[in-house]
Amino acid sequence: MASITFREVEGSSPKFWMLFGALGLFVLFGALAWNTMHHYGHVVTGMDNQIVWGLPHVFAVFLIVAASGALNVASIASVFNKPMYKPLAPLSAILALALMLGGLLVLVLDLGRSDRLIVAMTHFNFKSMFTWNVFLYSGFFGLVGVYLWTMLDRSVKTYSKAAGTAAFIWRLTLTTGTGSLFGFLIARELYGTAMLAPMFIIMSFAYGLAIYLMVLAAAYAWTGRTLGDAVMMRLKSLLVVFVAAVLYFVVVQHLTNLYFAKYHAVEAFILRDGGIFTTLFWVGHIALGCVAPLVILLSRLGKQRTWIMIACGLVIVGGLAQMYVTIIGAQAFPLDMFPGMNETSSFFDGEVHSYVPSVPEIFLGLGGVAIALLVTTFAVKVLRLLPVSLDDETVAKLEH
Amino acid sequence: MSEQNQNAEYAAVSPERRRFLSVATATAAGLTIAPGVMLYEVAHGRPEEQAASSAVRWGMMVDATKCATGCDDCVTACNTENGLTPVAESAHPKQAPQWIRKLQLQDPLTQMETNLPMMCQHCAEPPCVDVCPTGASFKRADGLVLVNRHTCIGCRYCMMACPYKARSLVHESLNDTQKPDVPRGIGCVESCTFCVQKIDRGDGTTACVEACTASGHNALVFGDMNDPESEISKKLRELPTKQVRADLNLNLGVRYHGI
Repeated sequence: MASITFREVEGSSPKFWMLFGALGLFVLFGALAWNTMHHYGHVVTGMDNQIVWGLPHVFAVFLIVAASGALNVASIASVFNKPMYKPLAPLSAILALALMLGGLLVLVLDLGRSDRLIVAMTHFNFKSMFTWNVFLYSGFFGLVGVYLWTMLDRSVKTYSKAAGTAAFIWRLTLTTGTGSLFGFLIARELYGTAMLAPMFIIMSFAYGLAIYLMVLAAAYAWTGRTLGDAVMMRLKSLLVVFVAAVLYFVVVQHLTNLYFAKYHAVEAFILRDGGIFTTLFWVGHIALGCVAPLVILLSRLGKQRTWIMIACGLVIVGGLAQMYVTIIGAQAFPLDMFPGMNETSSFFDGEVHSYVPSVPEIFLGLGGVAIALLVTTFAVKVLRLLPVSLDDETVAKLEH
Repeated sequence: MSEQNQNAEYAAVSPERRRFLSVATATAAGLTIAPGVMLYEVAHGRPEEQAASSAVRWGMMVDATKCATGCDDCVTACNTENGLTPVAESAHPKQAPQWIRKLQLQDPLTQMETNLPMMCQHCAEPPCVDVCPTGASFKRADGLVLVNRHTCIGCRYCMMACPYKARSLVHESLNDTQKPDVPRGIGCVESCTFCVQKIDRGDGTTACVEACTASGHNALVFGDMNDPESEISKKLRELPTKQVRADLNLNLGVRYHGI
């Protein structure tokens, strides 16, 4: 098997520092947004006692789900013994760590009492899915960190497969946990189903890979290194399978609900009458996030790199739309305490709840994305994560 | 002789008389002091060092047939007792905490209207307690579902989990309407406590129930559901009641009649 040379990116060009600075600026905006929310309270957000989880949760859950998905490329290399993926693995691991960091920061900085994070680290209720996630997220950092170490340090390379397998099992558990944050809720009609756990896993495959592909292509294009079509086409085909699987899960979930009369109202809300949520579902999630990427990637367009990037971008946009509908749409639909009755009250019972994210929420969410990209950008500069070349010839040698 | 006889007779009956007198005195004293002792105990409630007992389960019965349209005395009383700013006076009504609210129901088919107060149902199997990551949401032995103000991190997972929309997040700094025995705070989640401060003082009732009784509607009854002789237990035996979302099988501390 041919050997691959990994090297840090030089990271001294004005372009590099501009990217670094721009991302840093968004991190700063995110910090300011958190400071505003912390100082004034959640009164400065669009969230209220009806929509209790807003845009920060959309970003946080998306990033956490994508983080576990970004690790897949590494898992394919070490767990499933595909040599072609080996040179791609270190970036996959660092991206997973960076996305997880970004998502977690958004999640904890959106707490009503973010200053009490230490309480969340020292008081546990093991019946809570949130508590389990605290351990799953910390364990993810530990295991993926060790896995990355085994990839970068020759002296511990023999442990790479074991570490990779452990990280792979852990990430599946982690996304099960993230999906179950919603799956274990009895109150909302769109939640409370075991479907959410596997659905979040397959979504993580798609979102994580789309982000990985974009970061990989950008890193190679901006550093002038060669990234051959062999790698791109292989990963593209994988993305097709994942996006198709997401579509399958979404269709099955809604078809199942449509069969039950008690879910007719909430399904009508999401699929037909929900205004922005209906638009985001059909246009954002289904058309842009699933159908368009499939058409692009399966047609001739899918052979062109620009179109592959557009497809990846669409998968990400669709993913954010899906999270918005899943998290906020489910809360916008009123709780049905008295089935068959019309309810009114000073607490907005029986009404569809509206939500408009405020500026601090938007910047807090974007701050999480920025910190994930900033960490990745910094990591490829200081660590040997990227192969010098991924041209078709080098990659072909790996397979033999 | 006759005088001697009289003395002998007197001597013979005197122990009985003495016994009678002592029993009578004790009874009179008992009758005089006992209510005072009882009141003393009730007035002081449970001593601080004594934990709440699971022998008691506090509960409320709502008679929706007596709950009057347009009356919100229970809501006002709750706000006053617990130091909440009334939602009508809030600059941010959608973000203002509401511990109890009047709910109007209408059957779209028959047009029949029902009024009822909705608040924390103090479930025996509370979903908010299950999901709380830090254990800040907890159920006390006597059935009260409460939030520990010191360990609530404001994650709002309990608000996502509650099927009754009973919980509120404090979205902004609180004004000076706060009460010393009702700790509240920005960034924490709160809900109806069944006026835990009143229960622990030994009032044996809640502010909303007192207000409803004072208004003459008598739609609310509060008490120990474990005590077969309590007013609430008698009422619950007498009237058919329902639990809201009984399908969830949460075993609620609030039971409704006439819904």
